Amino acid sequence: MTDVLDVALRLVVVFALFLVLPLLVGQTEHKVMAHMQGRLGPMYAGGFHGWAQLVADGVKFAQKEDVVPADADRRVFQLAPAVALLPYLLVLLVIPVGPGEGAVGQAVDAGIFFALAVMGVSVLGSLMAGWASANKFSLLGGLRTAAQLLAYELPMLLAAASVAMAAGTVSLTGILDAFEWWWLPWQITGALVFFVSGLAELQRPPFDMPVADSEIIFGAYTEYTGLRFALFLLAEYAGIVVLCGLTTVLFLGGWHGPWGTEGLGWVWTLLKTAVLAFVVIWLRVSYPRLREDQLQKLAWTTLVPLALAQIALTGIVKVVIQ
Amino acid sequence: MAPIPGSGLAKGLAVTLRTMTRKSVTEQYPDAQPELAPRTRGVIGLFEENCTVCMLCARECPDWCIYIDSHKETVPAATPGGRERSRNVLDRFAIDFSLCMYCGICIEVCPFDALFWSPEFEYAETDIHELTHERDKLREWMWTVPEPPALDPGAEEPKELAAARKAAEKLAAAEQLAAEERAAAERHAAADRPAPEEPAAGRSATGQPAAGDRPDGTRGDGKPAAGGPPAGEPPAGPGSPDERSSGEGGTA
Repeated sequence: MTDVLDVALRLVVVFALFLVLPLLVGQTEHKVMAHMQGRLGPMYAGGFHGWAQLVADGVKFAQKEDVVPADADRRVFQLAPAVALLPYLLVLLVIPVGPGEGAVGQAVDAGIFFALAVMGVSVLGSLMAGWASANKFSLLGGLRTAAQLLAYELPMLLAAASVAMAAGTVSLTGILDAFEWWWLPWQITGALVFFVSGLAELQRPPFDMPVADSEIIFGAYTEYTGLRFALFLLAEYAGIVVLCGLTTVLFLGGWHGPWGTEGLGWVWTLLKTAVLAFVVIWLRVSYPRLREDQLQKLAWTTLVPLALAQIALTGIVKVVIQ
Repeated sequence: MAPIPGSGLAKGLAVTLRTMTRKSVTEQYPDAQPELAPRTRGVIGLFEENCTVCMLCARECPDWCIYIDSHKETVPAATPGGRERSRNVLDRFAIDFSLCMYCGICIEVCPFDALFWSPEFEYAETDIHELTHERDKLREWMWTVPEPPALDPGAEEPKELAAARKAAEKLAAAEQLAAEERAAAERHAAADRPAPEEPAAGRSATGQPAAGDRPDGTRGDGKPAAGGPPAGEPPAGPGSPDERSSGEGGTA
């Protein structure tokens, strides 16, 4: 009985985080982006500095008509938003926020593999949407998504593999238990590669070629309306949360901090995740979109070699230590 | 020196971060009134007391948005047996702000200072016909016309002030001159009385300052009347009026 209660409680907490954190990131993006551009951003919804803007947006999306194009592959089209969104919920389940068994939704032995594999599934949602929409722009967007996934999954996996080598385990909790502060400079290259590849996989600016609105309208999401469109947007922000959480856990030491790791470890995790989310927004505001060929060039000629170099460095240091 | 690779990326991040720490430029208009520039072109106010119905504004208006109607009234003669005068009376003055392009030519061209820019801008209407505003509304807007902004610290003196000051200075100089003349005349009269034996010498000595005018009379007194005519009076008489009339000419 207590087992059932325990599982239910964990699921509820993870689900609540899954609903709240992406909205928090979205609202932060509204405000941070506005102030970085000398604006104020939303000021009315909810009364105080537009804190309820995303709630209002949600209400608006829910009121809109759910249109499926006549020539679309109906079932795939309708399924795509769920495929894009749900994997992030699953990944959130295995990210440890604090020390011990109590602070992770479900400790999985092959945590890294699980997280990265499931995150890859999320991109399938965009592919499905692009293919099923019966729209040229959607198809172009979907194909660009596929190309981007192929290019950036590799450096991301290599960078994660470097951490797994350093820790000698692929379990996320195991990696955090083995973490030492000097892993920060040791794995810094891997961290950068992982973070940048993750951004590209989320199709966040400056890697938003697949949805480049000035070229192909909104890529794979062109034909979507109402709630299904909102789910795609939510998937993007959930993706930011998951990417920042994973980067925190793998490279920044998760709940490790200068002090208070016993009781307040989860605060460290959330703080580091929030800082990374801010950086994600910051990059979006600062940089223009990469061209499709620049995108591919960055992945294959910069990130992959850097990730390989990181793995070599990890291996050498590992051998020297032993 | 070649730029460090990636310095451009860092610069981009710095720009956005710096902007974030600064105050945003958004004006929350309906909640807070905007701070308008001193010469804001909001709406045109009519100071109808100054209007003489000369029609210059209506004729200069590039898009013909000013409507003026008037009639003539006869003013009875001011003095018995005089001629009756007629004057223009303004019946209608309207500006169609749906046509007005806010060029301000009517305000520039008005010779009687009857038109002014007002910063008032909240006069949107739901029907385009209601944008033609009549004289009462235009007169009301006159109350919103701000004082003309102060001149820059180093600016030239305003023309009307300069003219007034010059006139006042001329007047003061003329008065001083008159006072001196009066004093000289008194001294002349006083000098006449104690020295009746030498009337010619005394006359030429006191006549000199009046003719030579300006500086202190004592210096003129001390000087021996070398080139001075034996009778100082005749040249002195026309001399000072000349001076004064030229001064008046300068003032005018």
